[in-house]
Amino acid sequence: MRIDHSNIGQIRSDFPILDLKVSGKPLVYLDNAASSQMPQQVIDRIVRYQKEEHSNIHRAVHYLSELATREYEEARVKVQRFINAKESREVIFTRGTTEAINLVAHGYGRAFIGKGDEIILSAMEHHANIVPWQMLAEEKGAKIRVIPMNDAGELLIDEFKALFNERTKFLALSHVSNALGTINPVKQMVDYARSRGVPVLLDGAQAAPHLALDVQALDCDFYAFSGHKMCGPTGIGVLYGKAEFLEKMHPFMGGGDMILSVTFEKTTYNTIPTKFEAGTPPIMAAIAFGAALDYLGGIGLTNIAAYEHHLLEYATQRISAISGVRIIGTAAHKAAVVSFEIEGVHPHDVGTILNADGVAIRTGHHCAQPVMDRFHVPATARASFAFYNTEEEVDKLVASIRKVQEMFA
Amino acid sequence: MSDMKQLYQEVILDHNRKPRNWGAIADANRHADGHNPLCGDHIKLTMNVAGEKIEAIAFEGHGCAICKASSSMMTGAVKGKTVQEAEMLVEEFRGMTTGKLDPESQENHLGKLKVFAGVKDLPSRVKCAILPWHTLHAALHSENSTSTEGEADPVPDSGMVA
Repeated sequence: MRIDHSNIGQIRSDFPILDLKVSGKPLVYLDNAASSQMPQQVIDRIVRYQKEEHSNIHRAVHYLSELATREYEEARVKVQRFINAKESREVIFTRGTTEAINLVAHGYGRAFIGKGDEIILSAMEHHANIVPWQMLAEEKGAKIRVIPMNDAGELLIDEFKALFNERTKFLALSHVSNALGTINPVKQMVDYARSRGVPVLLDGAQAAPHLALDVQALDCDFYAFSGHKMCGPTGIGVLYGKAEFLEKMHPFMGGGDMILSVTFEKTTYNTIPTKFEAGTPPIMAAIAFGAALDYLGGIGLTNIAAYEHHLLEYATQRISAISGVRIIGTAAHKAAVVSFEIEGVHPHDVGTILNADGVAIRTGHHCAQPVMDRFHVPATARASFAFYNTEEEVDKLVASIRKVQEMFA
Repeated sequence: MSDMKQLYQEVILDHNRKPRNWGAIADANRHADGHNPLCGDHIKLTMNVAGEKIEAIAFEGHGCAICKASSSMMTGAVKGKTVQEAEMLVEEFRGMTTGKLDPESQENHLGKLKVFAGVKDLPSRVKCAILPWHTLHAALHSENSTSTEGEADPVPDSGMVA
């Protein structure tokens, strides 16, 4: 379904929260990179689950347990189809992207990365794709190498290739930068890393909500993303991993469900994906996430990407036309994220004043302090768009930015 | 707070543009750094205290308008005051910005500092206004750095009576 003026109102009417008034003004929600909003279809799915289907899964033989188990596993299949994984057992449910990356750092990293080995990250990583690797490197005596970027916020591919040597054991890379919006040339980078025998994890937290995904075509070994940035609830995310990797990895957490047999002498672990899902998982959240993927799939990620790209172009043109405003992150290929600074005004003042107009943006370092350092700013203001935003909302953002400038003139 | 002009009053914008007592005192006998890691607000406070009296005070650093104006007005308010008077203002300012002291109905010595009263309705910004005051408190107690990250009022129940 192509999104345009004729049906954007209908799409917006699926999202009850968009009718909210903030500070007496209609909410203009432009903080989608932090978390997206939930359509009624997903809210209804949560209510139905809690009213008619809830039980623990993989346990009992009664009606509800079998129903909840079936729905939970069906959600896994929905994820598999959404990202085009080869098998549903390659989909591990986690609490979110952060947990998914930590799972790989523990389950793969601690087993296969040792003293003197090198892990390649990029200069635009979110802290969630830096800190777990630093913790691992510290524990093992391994080394972090960083792919630099240019002033537009694009990774330098020649320098990336030059980082590889015989000690390189892992590449962990964002698909899309949360602070800059850059869409990295991940296919090319994965191909290069794999040609050097180096496994790759892609942090897809900012890509999965906005781009059509095919993990088999990308050929990455791991892909991590979060449900709450994709119209689903918080507390659910996904680690996709190639079965051959997941099978040789160590469990992340021990507990119920991840075992085949337990004695005090020896525990035999369950097969994948259950090996990595110790304890009672977020069953409701997984099922609701499945409903969110149905919703997104109904519109189509290609349509979502096209509409958001149109919004990005419109917002970029309007914001860059304001004198005294600088956009940070001007890569040729971008998702619908516009980080900016207003000359002479701290981003937190910008955020507070925009909020009084009902405009919700993110201000701060976006959990990407190395990116802020790279661009010599303490923080930025960031507007991030979803397929339910409109050109009129961009206009309101622009009007509010001008108000900030007048106030601080 | 729906009307931003209540918070971003001209006096705050003016102190943000032209901060008073800006710089560092070379032979300071009291100093402290205040830091909000999440916002990037960072101020360095230097003072000369002779006997009980704050003879000189200066600050420098970077931060949002609320933090800079609060720092600037604080230095003006405590210069020439005794340590005890300054500590009383720290308590009163903290009380006002965390909603424990109503500057209109309860006795206080805040004077012009009342322009920051509106910040109490913006929990995420309270720490910006309060940072210089915590830094002052730290400097008077010879703690060399302080942070207001993580909570709006890191020294709760420190003697403030609502």
